[in-house]
Amino acid sequence: MSMRVELDEPKCVASGQCVMAAPEVFDQREEDGVAIVLDDGPAPELHDGVREAAAICPAAAIHLVER
Amino acid sequence: MSGILARPADGTTPPDRAYPMTRDLTCPLAPPPGLHTARAESPVGRVRIWNGTTPWLITRHADQRALLVDPRVSNDDHEPGFPYVNAHRAAIAHATPPLITNTDAPEHTRLRRMVNAPFLVKRIEAMRPAIQKIVDDLIDTMLDGPKPADLLTALALPVPSLVIAELLGVPYADHDFFQSNSNLVLDSDASADEARRASGALTGYLDTLLGEKLTAPGEDVLSGMGRRVTAGEMTRTEAVHMGVAMLIAGHETTATMISLGTLALLQHPDQLALLRDDDDPRTVAGAVDELLRYLTIVQTGVRRVAKEDISIGDQVIRAGDGIIFDLAAANWDPEAFPEADRLDLRRPARTHQAFGYGPHQCLGQSLARLELQVVYGTLYRRVPTLTLAAPLDQLAFDHTGTTYGVRCLPVTW
Ligand code: HEM
Ligand code: SF4
Repeated sequence: MSMRVELDEPKCVASGQCVMAAPEVFDQREEDGVAIVLDDGPAPELHDGVREAAAICPAAAIHLVER
Repeated sequence: MSGILARPADGTTPPDRAYPMTRDLTCPLAPPPGLHTARAESPVGRVRIWNGTTPWLITRHADQRALLVDPRVSNDDHEPGFPYVNAHRAAIAHATPPLITNTDAPEHTRLRRMVNAPFLVKRIEAMRPAIQKIVDDLIDTMLDGPKPADLLTALALPVPSLVIAELLGVPYADHDFFQSNSNLVLDSDASADEARRASGALTGYLDTLLGEKLTAPGEDVLSGMGRRVTAGEMTRTEAVHMGVAMLIAGHETTATMISLGTLALLQHPDQLALLRDDDDPRTVAGAVDELLRYLTIVQTGVRRVAKEDISIGDQVIRAGDGIIFDLAAANWDPEAFPEADRLDLRRPARTHQAFGYGPHQCLGQSLARLELQVVYGTLYRRVPTLTLAAPLDQLAFDHTGTTYGVRCLPVTW
């Protein structure tokens, strides 16, 4: 199973919830906290954390393409 | 089933369903039972509020998530149909400048990104040792003092006020002033005049402190906002206002979670034991989210107004209609949390909506989680014999405030 992570940046409200759920895949920009995708094709062992990040993102700004 | 049959043909709620709803006094930690009836019978239904209007009440977890990120759902409280919490809020709405709490994207996004930097998850996490010291010192003082103690004054209220002082960059020498005034702002026994004076004193104090930070900046939040004031991105008044807002939004809420959370754990000794005997940070973090879900202390509902017609389920919310999202209703929705009425510190509770959902979801949530992790992870280990020093039915709860809390929590050990 492969996963691609897409961030709809204008929607991001910089809550950092994705960083808490999957710190290997997301970080926050220093100046305003907007999310950064560190790894848009994360390894399978990170998928659960990334799915959690997408589920808890309060702005629904994280889209996952899984196949 | 009779409730469903009794529904009027247009599917709206019978007009006698008043909001906010009342709790069952024999079950003081549970949300009002009427919310479960509303969710089962008319999950998108009308309720009557204080001013006689009938906004929509949304009670299902999934519906709240869909609507709270919907750009047609607005936080603009200048709209006539906005379902104000009370007469006071209705009266001040038009005099309130655009803030993060009453704007929509893109203005909201701009304002919020302006105040976000100090709340970066990594920066908040870096405060852990400082918060641990604050909590350790307060517990030391409590243990040295007389028994029983009021957990609210000994721990619950001082923790968030000292932490926010630390975050804003209030010098240690001023902590007493800062704390006593912020307690007065929240004290339901204080007169309106006293509260206003205290809030004025805090505003004046933060303005002076901001002035000092402009000349000698540090790494704290006020210095950060000071830099934005210098760069012309924010006015000095906005910066001071934001500082006061952080204090108000973060003080009573966090204090309530400390006291009510402790009460809930004392009522569930098996769960308390779990937290006391397992210091894995993941266990403690999971416990914090489950207690946030179970207690859902914000009891007045998140308020919005529809900007366009919105179809949801078999209903149409019309442009201009008010919408209320009861967070406890979502957090006790059995479709989202099976056996929602059970406090189960091991359940995955992370999708709870105790901090709201959507772009306005709590700005201070990472800080609140950290404070609660430190308190819950420390108090019951250091004071394993902690017990309630009054019968449950003698405790006074706040049924009318924004947050549902206990006014005094006598404990002994
Ligand atoms: C356990 C403690 C807390 C709870 C339960 C809580 C709850 C909430 C809720 C439900 C909202 C959403 C309101 C809405 O959607 O209209 C909110 C917003 C907010 N909270 Fe908290 N809060 C807590 C702690 C804090 C702390 C510690 C701070 C700051 C230091 C804070 C600052 C804010 C601010 C500034 C907003 C407005 C955000 C916006 O409208 O964009 N809160 N909070
Ligand atoms: S959880 Fe969503 S809103 Fe929050 S920082 Fe990540 S992408 Fe942005």
